[in-house]
Amino acid sequence: MRETTPKQDLFRGIWKENPVLIQMLGLCPALAVTNTVENSLAMGVATFFVLLGSSLSVSLLKKFIPGEVRISTYIMIIATFVTVADMSLEAMVPVVHKKLGAFIALIVVNCMILGRQEAFASKRPVGRALLDAVGVGTGFMIAMVMMGGVREILGMGSFLNIPLFGDNYEPWVVMILPAGGFLTLGFWLLGLNWWAERKKQRQKVLAARESSERRAA
Amino acid sequence: MSDEPQVQEPEDNGASSAGIIATLAVAGMLAGLLLVVVYEATQPRILAYKEKMMKEAVGLVLQEPASFTTLYLVDGKLTLDLPEDAVEKDFEKVFVGYDEHNSPVGFAVVHNRAGFQDQVKVIFGYDPETGGMMGMKVLESKETPGLGDAIEKDMDFVGQFERVVAPLVGVKKGSGSGDPHEVDMITGATISARAVIRIINEAFERWDPLIKAYDHGGSKDA
Repeated sequence: MRETTPKQDLFRGIWKENPVLIQMLGLCPALAVTNTVENSLAMGVATFFVLLGSSLSVSLLKKFIPGEVRISTYIMIIATFVTVADMSLEAMVPVVHKKLGAFIALIVVNCMILGRQEAFASKRPVGRALLDAVGVGTGFMIAMVMMGGVREILGMGSFLNIPLFGDNYEPWVVMILPAGGFLTLGFWLLGLNWWAERKKQRQKVLAARESSERRAA
Repeated sequence: MSDEPQVQEPEDNGASSAGIIATLAVAGMLAGLLLVVVYEATQPRILAYKEKMMKEAVGLVLQEPASFTTLYLVDGKLTLDLPEDAVEKDFEKVFVGYDEHNSPVGFAVVHNRAGFQDQVKVIFGYDPETGGMMGMKVLESKETPGLGDAIEKDMDFVGQFERVVAPLVGVKKGSGSGDPHEVDMITGATISARAVIRIINEAFERWDPLIKAYDHGGSKDA
């Protein structure tokens, strides 16, 4: 088990090890419900809540859960929080709940959440597990809004239902259809990997220059 | 998880079968308890919202009647009152709207069938004496955004259901003969628009005889 500092636990999930964009986990909701920013945010908040609740419970109860049935117990804990989130969303924001439909219940099978329980919460103290859940949950929300933002702006010409381009804008309907999810995710991954690769190349060039200067001196 | 080592099996703490069963049972009980609490807390709001939406929809498709009441289908007949010990949601129902003088203005019926992607659920109001439609609203649909969802958003299409007379016939936009049964279809949403017309025709065929047989003599409460 690699030792980490609390700060690392909190921040690495947000960007450096973003669950969707780097680890490629939780792609199903990231493709399916990100047609508008509102839906993306609602899904992000629900997942955040489930992750936080599950990590807290798993970390608290880890001593009592026998290894043989740990996965089934984690799933039971996750499913409980998902059902709580489902009913609460239906009571508080019924319009959004209707749009997200079955995908709320499908948070149970979001492997990002089970992954955090198995790899982190079940082995760390409560405080660390919570920090990790906050970081990863925020990272997931950021990725969801990045997807939803692009899709809503291009597909509907609006952001959070606020029209941006006036009446003459012809929406790219494909962006709010399933194909748009794949396209958007593909372009984000392409862009982010290109950026990371460029950074790496630059560092390599800098290092080479430094060492040659040192040799010349 | 990219930089974390392979998942290690937690040490075998020698849990007995009884221990495992007990753990799962306790976890299940706790989960059940939490769910019951949340269910009890959220259910009233969820039901109230559904009722409010239904009220708004009935008001819209009956052109804002002074009051309306629910009729239930019991033993092949529409009645105001349910038999004793009956559960409300087990019965099919229609709504009847009244004007200020308590005379009926029209009936609202909910019906659904397959559209392009999934079930389309529609409520519509009509006057059983003339068959004249009073309004239509799509309650649920997952039709393609930008194409099929025009059955909800295209106000030219939706507006026609305040004028036409049931049973309906769909015609290509602009090629109608002026017959009051004709509804202009939507270009690019043919299947969805046809589904709406079929839903209304099916529901009309089924409910119209029952509605015509209904006697308004009974008392009503809105």
